[in-house]
Amino acid sequence: MSDKLLEIKNLTINYTTEDGVVNAVNGIDFDLKEGETLGLVGETGAGKTTTALGIMRLVPNPPGKVISGEILFEGKDLLKESEDDMRAIRGNFVSMIFQDPMTSLNPVMTVGEQIAEVIELHQNVTKSEAWEKAKEMLELVGIPGPRVVDYPHQFSGGMKQRVIIAISLACNPKLLIADEPTTALDVTIQAQVLDLMNELKEKFKTAMVMITHDLGVVAQVCDKVAIMYAGEIVESGNLVDIYENTSHPYTHGLFGSIPNLDEDIERLNPIKGLMPDPTNLPTGCKFHPRCPHAQALCKEKAPVTTTLNSGHRVKCLAYEGLIKAPALTGNKEVG
Amino acid sequence: MSMAASVKVEDKQVETNRESKKRSQWAEIWRRLKKNKMAMFGLAIISIIVLSAVFADFIADYDTVVIKQNLGDRLQGPSAKYWLGTDEFGRDIFARMVHGARVSLKVGILAVGIAVVIGGSLGSIAGYYGGKLDNIIMRIMDVFLAVPSILLAIAIVSALGPSLTNLMLAISISSVPSYARIVRSSVLSIKDQEFIEAAKAIGASDKRIILRHIIPNSLAPVIVQGTLGVAGAILSTAGLSFIGMGIQPPAPEWGSMLSGGRQYLRYAWHVTTFPGLAIMITILALNLLGDGLRDALDPRLKQ
Repeated sequence: MSDKLLEIKNLTINYTTEDGVVNAVNGIDFDLKEGETLGLVGETGAGKTTTALGIMRLVPNPPGKVISGEILFEGKDLLKESEDDMRAIRGNFVSMIFQDPMTSLNPVMTVGEQIAEVIELHQNVTKSEAWEKAKEMLELVGIPGPRVVDYPHQFSGGMKQRVIIAISLACNPKLLIADEPTTALDVTIQAQVLDLMNELKEKFKTAMVMITHDLGVVAQVCDKVAIMYAGEIVESGNLVDIYENTSHPYTHGLFGSIPNLDEDIERLNPIKGLMPDPTNLPTGCKFHPRCPHAQALCKEKAPVTTTLNSGHRVKCLAYEGLIKAPALTGNKEVG
Repeated sequence: MSMAASVKVEDKQVETNRESKKRSQWAEIWRRLKKNKMAMFGLAIISIIVLSAVFADFIADYDTVVIKQNLGDRLQGPSAKYWLGTDEFGRDIFARMVHGARVSLKVGILAVGIAVVIGGSLGSIAGYYGGKLDNIIMRIMDVFLAVPSILLAIAIVSALGPSLTNLMLAISISSVPSYARIVRSSVLSIKDQEFIEAAKAIGASDKRIILRHIIPNSLAPVIVQGTLGVAGAILSTAGLSFIGMGIQPPAPEWGSMLSGGRQYLRYAWHVTTFPGLAIMITILALNLLGDGLRDALDPRLKQ
């Protein structure tokens, strides 16, 4: 019996659409211990949200389907649980925060009712006890208790996101999945919300999967990082591994595209090309069309995961000894 | 710590906000409605009609004034004794109209109420689950829509006999499909919104999501259509009673009063005209109210 809270093994999720089969998530593995925070980083379309929905078993079923893999939460495979059991788990042991706070709250219910709803669903308490608990949660996220009777449209974006955090933590879940929780907020509010999440995470010992495309956020909040590209995890490890010993050319490209405040440059440094079409992924290594170090073999052979040192894994033929290792220059320090 | 400071700032803003009353969505909608003079006029008229229907027995006793024939006083014009005159049987038209309001409103509200509940349930199930269930339900609705409502009403009343209940049933059945469509359309647009996904993410069951999250958000078009539907139901009741398929005499009903006075139109026009005016004013008031509600409930018109 492992000490891991969450273990994802070889998860593959597809969407079957009229335009073809979308390979959203292609055989990813990662794990999380209690209280740990994993940053799931990648561009739009990398498969991060699909992974999150997969863990909650909320992948919309007509087009989407989990093709293979295991999602072990406290040892139980969530993919094999019944829908009734999953409903008991959602909101209670595993919670999710969505991207846009503006639309995540029901406009015709007060915020108190929405927080109380999750409490009533999972805990055996009376309506008034749930209401009291809702008030407490609101205070916990920094909103005055009396505002529990207000409607979502009476709150600003940052405060709405705090309400959503209150809802997600109301039943003290073991795992919180946050899908780009601060993307829709401006930077000052982003800082406040991240501080709040850190504080509550420490207090409740909640493990967290933080989905983001912002490496700054990752540095502030996460213990481990997994970089996703075209549905695969191309590099994963702890903060030092990723930020100082960057190994995968894609990760290196991501860091390289962040503008440097100290230098005066004329053009930004993006990774050339675009995210591949998920219905028509490249052969071999999926990053090869955009990789500055790509060689002939990269088009033919798909890399497997190589472990560089304890915890630091990467998917690149260079580390399998099959091609010459790329010369990657140093990165920013972990802030 | 930065968070404590930001909470203090927000506290001050909250204090000033507390001075205005709790602003629920309904309070906001009522405020918008109040600004619309025509809609308030309609609401006032409807209130008067409802009140007179409720207190009809106090205004005029049913047995002695409304039904009892008084042939000596027949076809008199408006006077101090008979405010709107008498009909062909000597009965007080004003009293009959007040009691007739009861019938019209009862049929209107109950028929629409039943249609909203049945149509709404069918529509929300069809919209939420989609697929084959959606197809089956909506095709059955299409069959009912294909039959002209008056013919359907006549068919039902001929088969089951003319009575208040059968009238309500007939009008209900012909209105169910439009409410099913309206609710289905609302449900389709709401179920893809993020707060529904969030509700699923906290472990809410389908039933809970439909009842507590989707339906409260789909009420606006139903309210508007319902108000106009009551107007339509009143008109249908009058129409059916006019041709003798609705409320049977001697019970007072605006449509049958209209029909009864036809032959005296040339010299006792008041027998037909006043009930006709009652129908017209009620429908107008309901339409004004319905239009006003439509504007007040439209989230895009933020004033």
